[in-house]
Amino acid sequence: MPVRPSASEYVYSRHSLAVRILHWINVAALTILLMSGLQIFNAHPALYWGLSSYNGKPPFFVLPHGFPGWITLPGVQWLSMGRRLHFFFAWIFVINGLYYVGYSIVSRHLKRDLTPSRSDWRSIGESIWQHLRLRHPQGEAARRYNILQKLSYLFVIFGLLPFVILMGWAMSPRLDTVIPGWVDIVGGRQSARSLHFIAAWTIVAFVLVHVFEVIITGVVNNLRSMITGRYSIKAERVDDRH
Amino acid sequence: MIGTEHSRRRFLTRLLAGAATSLLAGCDTATRSPWLHKLLGLGERANGVAQRLVTARKSMAQEFSAADVSPEFRSNGTANPLDPRYQALAANQFRDWSLKIDGLVQKPLELTLRELRSMPSRTQITRHDCVEGWSAIGKWTGVPLSAVLNRVVPQASARYVVFHCADPMDDGKPYYESIDFDDAYHPQTVLAYDLNDAALPIANGAPVRIRIERQLGYKMAKYIMRIELVASFAHIGAGNGGYWEDQGYEWYAGI
Repeated sequence: MPVRPSASEYVYSRHSLAVRILHWINVAALTILLMSGLQIFNAHPALYWGLSSYNGKPPFFVLPHGFPGWITLPGVQWLSMGRRLHFFFAWIFVINGLYYVGYSIVSRHLKRDLTPSRSDWRSIGESIWQHLRLRHPQGEAARRYNILQKLSYLFVIFGLLPFVILMGWAMSPRLDTVIPGWVDIVGGRQSARSLHFIAAWTIVAFVLVHVFEVIITGVVNNLRSMITGRYSIKAERVDDRH
Repeated sequence: MIGTEHSRRRFLTRLLAGAATSLLAGCDTATRSPWLHKLLGLGERANGVAQRLVTARKSMAQEFSAADVSPEFRSNGTANPLDPRYQALAANQFRDWSLKIDGLVQKPLELTLRELRSMPSRTQITRHDCVEGWSAIGKWTGVPLSAVLNRVVPQASARYVVFHCADPMDDGKPYYESIDFDDAYHPQTVLAYDLNDAALPIANGAPVRIRIERQLGYKMAKYIMRIELVASFAHIGAGNGGYWEDQGYEWYAGI
């Protein structure tokens, strides 16, 4: 049995060193990928659905002046440098992601921390209700990810992020020749470009919710656990806020 | 207690925001330094290597049906070369134009447009992907570059095919491009003289432009005047193998 000082509060090691390093590399890579991606978008700030941009149908989304310089990288219109940054950090992002997936399987992080248990599935209704009221597990229950948290992480790791990479590949005329026409699965190259853009903003939406949850469940404790690994568990409070 | 916690939190937030801002500003300045430019270029270099690893040397680009052809094929870059010699050739429907093929070849050749049109041709409906992000689909007819190369017989030392063009760019430098032999002998690499069953318009590169269907639009030089076979393109332009490559774009434009 672990020895707990005063039994009301204790600190434990929540995130392994590998997960912490991989997490912050991912943050940096995704930030630069987003900003350089918007730089690339600004070279032709319109989105289309279909095989090509000129198929008789107008673009479904146009941003006449593109994204402002403060959100693009470089901050001035500079497509070749935007591409250089985008592809350099795309490699870092992919290598980092592959390492993370391999590590998570081998270290059992995936099975132990991210795979929903039977009781997790049973708690899904209750978890949604608690999330809507912005109430989160306290005490011992806070040591584990809740079911919505597990599902969002799994969706991002194995759904959204691979999808954004695949839609990036779909834009490559050379990679389109792997099986000629494979890009038509999503409606064609211009559809793939639009989906790459939409998926990127879906990642931003995930990050906003993620950061919001980090803040309301104890920003210092959460940030510290992703930097030093140390996470403090407080005793469950008797809920007197009826 | 609460006050300290609050101000500590505010301090942390400011610290993080400050760090992020200066990091990004730092990135902006740093991208202008040559060594970082080179380091970041490794990503695009790796793209080319990876693309060639996962696709066959002669993998074919998708071809489309007549229904997919774009109503109007967008013109990009130069729409009408101002060079007076080019204007004179255009005024005479390119009857006096001829294509020189020289450099590291055993039999240098000069072909008129009529001679080019009398050679066996290939027609293909393909998608043109611009580095800016847009795509257009067109029907191209032209002579496979491989047929022309077979006639001039490249010397053993030749490694690249360079296209010299009639259009000076805004900075006065001539447009040029280069490809390796994998692309030069690719069946879909054609010297196109027809677009959508009509003579190639000036806006799209008349009288002849090259189609390189597995790469981006900037590789597909328009207004071709001369084809030169070389062992290295280090002595041409700024030495990066193309007009846009000299401006920082990647030589292998597979994505």
